[in-house]
Amino acid sequence: MSDTEFLDRVDFAARTGNDPHRVKAAETFRAHGWPTRADEAWHYTDLKASLRSFDLTLPGQGAPDVGGMIPRTAMPKVIFVNGRFDESLSDSSRFVRRFDDHASARADGTRPLVSLNTAVANDGIRIDVPGGTDGGTLFLVSVTDTPCQDMLAPFHRIAVGAAGSLTVIEVVRGAGRYMHNVVTEIALAEGAVLRHYRLQDESIDAVNVTTALVDLREDARYEAFTLNYGAKLSRYEAHVTLSGPNAAVHLNAAQLLAGTQHGDITTVVAHRAPHCASRQTVKSVLAGSARGVFQGRIEVAQWAQKTDGYQMNQALLLSPDAEIDSKPELEIFADDVKCSHGATIGAIDPEQMFYLRSRGIPEAEARAMLIRAFLDEALEPVTDDEARSIFEAAIDVWWQKGVL
Amino acid sequence: MPAVTETIEAIDRLTDGGYKYGFETNIEMEFAPKGLSEDIVRLISAKKGEPDWLLEWRLKSYRAWLTMEEPNWARVRHPRIDYQDLYYYAAPKREAPKSLADVDPELISMYDKLGIPLNERAALAGVAVDAVFDSVSVATTFRDSLAKVGVIFGSISEAVREHPELVRKYLGSVVPPGDNYFTALNSAVFSDGSFVYIPRGVRCPMELSTYFRINARNTGQFERTLIIAEEGASVSYLEGCTAPMRDENQLHAAVVELVALDEASIKYSTVQNWYPGDAQGRGGIYNFVTKRGACRGRKSKISWTQVETGSAITWKYPSCILQGEGSSGEFYSVALTNNYQQADTGTKMIHLAPNTTSTIISKGISAGHSNNTYRGLVRIMPKAHGARNFTQCDSLLIGDQCGAHTVPYIESRNRSAKVEHEATTSKIADDQLFYCRSRGLSEEDAVGLLVNGFCRDVLKELPMEFAVEAQKLLAVSLEGSVG
Repeated sequence: MSDTEFLDRVDFAARTGNDPHRVKAAETFRAHGWPTRADEAWHYTDLKASLRSFDLTLPGQGAPDVGGMIPRTAMPKVIFVNGRFDESLSDSSRFVRRFDDHASARADGTRPLVSLNTAVANDGIRIDVPGGTDGGTLFLVSVTDTPCQDMLAPFHRIAVGAAGSLTVIEVVRGAGRYMHNVVTEIALAEGAVLRHYRLQDESIDAVNVTTALVDLREDARYEAFTLNYGAKLSRYEAHVTLSGPNAAVHLNAAQLLAGTQHGDITTVVAHRAPHCASRQTVKSVLAGSARGVFQGRIEVAQWAQKTDGYQMNQALLLSPDAEIDSKPELEIFADDVKCSHGATIGAIDPEQMFYLRSRGIPEAEARAMLIRAFLDEALEPVTDDEARSIFEAAIDVWWQKGVL
Repeated sequence: MPAVTETIEAIDRLTDGGYKYGFETNIEMEFAPKGLSEDIVRLISAKKGEPDWLLEWRLKSYRAWLTMEEPNWARVRHPRIDYQDLYYYAAPKREAPKSLADVDPELISMYDKLGIPLNERAALAGVAVDAVFDSVSVATTFRDSLAKVGVIFGSISEAVREHPELVRKYLGSVVPPGDNYFTALNSAVFSDGSFVYIPRGVRCPMELSTYFRINARNTGQFERTLIIAEEGASVSYLEGCTAPMRDENQLHAAVVELVALDEASIKYSTVQNWYPGDAQGRGGIYNFVTKRGACRGRKSKISWTQVETGSAITWKYPSCILQGEGSSGEFYSVALTNNYQQADTGTKMIHLAPNTTSTIISKGISAGHSNNTYRGLVRIMPKAHGARNFTQCDSLLIGDQCGAHTVPYIESRNRSAKVEHEATTSKIADDQLFYCRSRGLSEEDAVGLLVNGFCRDVLKELPMEFAVEAQKLLAVSLEGSVG
């Protein structure tokens, strides 16, 4: 599949009314093409190669039976089916409306997938929590069942007003063969708090690339955890900008990968104001011949004095063929800062294993226990019980699937 | 006239007599014309009386270089280098100062601070004096005692003549000419450098240093060094000098290759203090160096220690390829940048064999308007069972106009390997500074002391006399950045 061939089939007039911004985004993508390993930001993830066998199309209409994939919860749900908002399955919420202005201002040459999303996005939601309001908990569910090699490109925007708060639990599930290219823009006003939890459990034949663009004003707080669990190839890319003083971000992630899965967690935390704090714990557990990637950059601008930045990434390799590639980066232009990162890679500690085995715990169970413990620190920001139980269920099922 | 045309015409003039390769007999000149071409490569090779295979090797490298692009991934910015506007052989020397009185007083005052003996100052400043502190006799006695144990230590040009089989066997075996843009360039036009061969089972009786080798004084821009330690041999090699070298060359593209066979060990220490440019960032050396060691033998060991304070731009990643079972690599580095200096330096540790170990300790200090980047790779290959790596990268910022960056790449493909990496960035702690100040130290001395403490883990790896000078050098290099 050539890069441009796919776009040539897009009927821009029908899709976008020839919105110049989107046409320009398409041109930007066309000029760059799919990212390759020659792009430093994609050094370890060869998206182009994994899409080679795809013959991407844009989704048509259809109503697959996806009921089984929707999590059961009493909380209000917003549901996307095959990349389109499904009003009949969704609950109404006064904070949510369908999003029709897809012109993201972010389409620049450095993030080709965002440009592509801007060019072709045709659905999404807008969540607006007004200042001083608690928006409660909202499920954002995306279920996909299509053999059509569709490219689904939703674009979401979440805004929490001054001193407002919200919890978003994202569950992304699917069956079949498709590519999901999601962009979510998040704006947190002064003192706003957003807890954002995400389970990516796509079809094992799918490709998922999700980009979160997050901006925090003074005193705002972003508490996030994402779990890469499904998909043949997945990339979670978060760009968090701390643009007001005393803002704080807790950006944790984990990936559980087996078989020939490829999971990529890429984060850029940009400190652009003084007295901000960032905390990151990223864990990878890799079985089979899975390959995990972590790239995490902390940037500190010259005026972002008193920055406190910390990042830890750890990987457990469970099998001889698993691979981890890790690139933690510090880019610092202010002198009065405390920034550090750490990385460790290894197997399960045989001493810990021996300890559990000597107490009569069977090997598989002991291993599961140690992996749970290994992941625990990453789950720390997940304070919402319902979200936590979703992640724990996924983790429990993972080793029951026989990946160990 | 554009440099390229000038070169072509100059070459044309030279070859008018139809005597194509006979430059050395016909021409009475100090230098070849500017620019790079196959003829220049042939001229260099002919001037040195090199055998055909080496000429072919140079030409092959040159042709490879023509097809390559200058790398742009490092965090350094500089105007485009016009490779046709450089001299590739015996760059013309500005008239050497006649006595120390003619030498830049700033240079002299720096020698004072570093405590360089008077008679050595002249040599460093490039004063045209006949006998410099008896270096000839030093070199001779030195060579005698080395020859007794069978150590070969000389220039690489000598080695090409006297030990062609060794040079041919190992040259380019660790850093192939086509490895990168600068190695291809170096392989085509390398001028000179050191050659060290330590025979089986020999522990080199003294620390080898270019400083003692007279012909090393003007090694030029394209230095090439090759060190081979046979089974069970060991050597410690010191490169560079703590005093600033007077040097007109703008671009340095050196290649250093180390080969350690079974149970051999090589310790390579560098103190690099080339001209960093002035306080406004004008001038200074571009230092684009490829250094790599191959631990070919079982339980072999290669250790790199570097103190980098000079050069306007440093682009340097001394690396270890751990091929032998149980071999180990070490990298200890202090990189200090001030004013408008840019350093992008680090290491690569490639673990290929089981039970290989590597240690990386890097200390970066940025001051003024400088940028200092640690860039490193630790790669564990599938066969490296039980491999172990520990990396620590610390950065210190002095002032709020500079940058400190850490870019490690960590890749593991063996579950039994253990890799640990940690990095920190901070400024000099106020309480430590206060403690020193309250005991009567000036701010500059206090900062010097604390910076030395920060670098201790690396400085203690240096041979003693080097360590003392390196400490002073750090303090001198930081001048003007405090207060």
